[in-house]
Amino acid sequence: MIKVENLTKYYGEIRGIEGISFLIEKGEIVGFLGPNGSGKTTTMRILTCFFPPTSGKARVAGYDVTTHSREVRRRIGYMPETVPLYPDMKVMTYLTFVAEAKRMDVRLRKKKMGLIMEQCGITHVAHRLVGNLSKGFRQRVGLAQALINDPEVLILDEPTIGLDPKQVVEIRNLIRDLAGERTVILSTHVLPEVSMTCERVIIIHEGRVVAVDTPENLMTRLQKTVKTEVHIRGGRREIGDRLKTIPGVIAVAEGEEVSPGIFSFEVESAQDQEIGGELSSLIYGNNWQLIEMKAVRMSLETIFIELTKTGGA
Amino acid sequence: MNFYPIFKKELRSYFSSLIAYIVLTVFLVISGYYFYTDLALFVVWGGASIQEGLWQALFHDIRLVLLLTIPLLTMRLFAEEKKLGTIELLFTYPFRDSEILLGKFLACLTVFCVMIGLTVLYPVLLAIVYEVEVGPLAASYLGLFLLGAAFISCGIMVSSLTENQIVAALVSSGIILAFWFVDWNEAAMTPAMAEVLHHISFFEHFYNFARGVIETKDIIYFILFTFFFLFLTLRSLESRRWRGMR
Repeated sequence: MIKVENLTKYYGEIRGIEGISFLIEKGEIVGFLGPNGSGKTTTMRILTCFFPPTSGKARVAGYDVTTHSREVRRRIGYMPETVPLYPDMKVMTYLTFVAEAKRMDVRLRKKKMGLIMEQCGITHVAHRLVGNLSKGFRQRVGLAQALINDPEVLILDEPTIGLDPKQVVEIRNLIRDLAGERTVILSTHVLPEVSMTCERVIIIHEGRVVAVDTPENLMTRLQKTVKTEVHIRGGRREIGDRLKTIPGVIAVAEGEEVSPGIFSFEVESAQDQEIGGELSSLIYGNNWQLIEMKAVRMSLETIFIELTKTGGA
Repeated sequence: MNFYPIFKKELRSYFSSLIAYIVLTVFLVISGYYFYTDLALFVVWGGASIQEGLWQALFHDIRLVLLLTIPLLTMRLFAEEKKLGTIELLFTYPFRDSEILLGKFLACLTVFCVMIGLTVLYPVLLAIVYEVEVGPLAASYLGLFLLGAAFISCGIMVSSLTENQIVAALVSSGIILAFWFVDWNEAAMTPAMAEVLHHISFFEHFYNFARGVIETKDIIYFILFTFFFLFLTLRSLESRRWRGMR
C-alpha cells in the first residue's frame, strides 16, 4: 500500500531525512517513532504530497507522490500535528467544505457525513464554531476531516499530543476502531503509544530508519536477560543470599525496604530459564511472605536509547 | 477546474467574519462623502460637463479609497492560512495550486463587485434630477473593475509571501502606490525613462477610463498586470516544494 525507497529531503543545506525506505502492507497500523526533529513529519509531508522529496521514490495507494500527486491526495486522509482548522467555521460547514474539496459525490457525502460525525463523537457539536471547541473535540474534528473521503491510507501526525489522559485513551481507541481495512500510519514520540496501537514500529532517528519491527520483537531482540522484581517479608540478608542459589539466576540486586519488614529485590536471570517456580518454593520453604512479584519489562524508552546508541540493530 | 469549494469557503469567510461588512461600510462612507463633495463642486463650477466635471473627479477619488480598502480584503487570503497552518491541509487536498488561487481571487473579486455595485446608487440618485449618460459611465465602471482586479492580484501575491496580515496589507498598499506615482517625478528622469515609466503607471491607464473612454491598450495593461501578479502568486505557492517548511 505504501512503498518508500531511498527517500531523501533536504531543506537547503539542512537534512530532513536521508535514505528512508520501508514497505507497509494494506490494513497495517504502523507507528513512526522518533524524537522531535527526527524526520517523522517530513516523511509524512512527502507521503501526503505537501512537498516532493529531494530524491527517492514513494508510492501511496499505487500512485507515485511526485508524478501523480492528485491521485494520491484523493486516496488519503491526513491529520497534521497541530490539527489546523478554520476557527470561524462551524463543524458541519467545515466538513462539507472538506468533502467538496476531496471531490466526494454529493449523495454519498450526505450519507457519509452523519456516519463519520457519529463515529468521531462530534454529532452534538456539529453546529458549533470550531474555534470554540476544546482541544479534544478539535482533535476529533481533525480526524473526521481526514476520514471523510473514506481514505485507503490514513496518516496521523502525533494524533494524541496535547490531550489529557482520558482523551488520549479515547482517541487511541477511536483510531483502532476506525482502522479496519485502512492502512494507518501514525507518528509519535510517546513510546507506550506504539505498543498500544501499532502492529509494527518504524523507528526514525536523525533522518534515518534505525529499526522496523513489531513492538514485541523489538523488546525480545534487545532484551538478553529477564528481570523480576519481588517484594518479600523476611530477613533481608538471608533472602538476598538464598535468591542467588536459584538455578539460572545471574544477579540479585537488593533494593530498599519498601515498608517495614518488606524488602524489594531485582532478580536477573537468563532469558530461557523460568525461575518463578523455584522462587516461590524457596519463599514457601523458608516461611517468608511473598508480597509482590512482577516482571520488569524493558520499556520502549530503553529500547530506543539502545538502538540510537548503537546506530542500528 | 475545481475551484468552487474554495470560492464558497472564502466568500462565506468574508461575510461571516465581519471583514466584508467593515470594509464595505468604510468604503461606502468615504466614497459617499466624495460623491457629495464632488457633486457640490460640480454644481458650484456651473456644471460644464458631467463626465469630466463630476464622474472623472469621483472615480479618481474612489480609486484612492480602493487603494486603502482592497489590501484589507486581500491580506488574509493566504497569510491567515499560513498563520493558522491550514495551508498544510489545503495543499494535501486534491486541488491544483491554480484552483486554490482562482477560488480565492474570484471570491475577493466578488466582494469587490458588491462594493462598487453599491456605488451605482450615486448616478441613480443623480439621474432623478439631472440627465446622466449611461455609456461613458459604464466605461468608467469597466475601468474600476479592471483596476480592482489588478489591486486584488497584487494583494494576493503579497499575502502569499507572509503569514502576517498587517505586513501583507501594508506592503500591497505600498506596491500599488508605487505603481501609481511611478512616473510623477519627471524632472528626475531622462525623457526615455519617463516614457517607459509612463506606460507602466496605473494613473496613466485609469485616466481614460475615468473620462469614459475605453482604449484597448488600457484594458490590456490591466489584464496583463493582473495575470502577471497571479502568475507570481502561483510561483510563490510552488516555492514550498523546494524551500523550507512553509
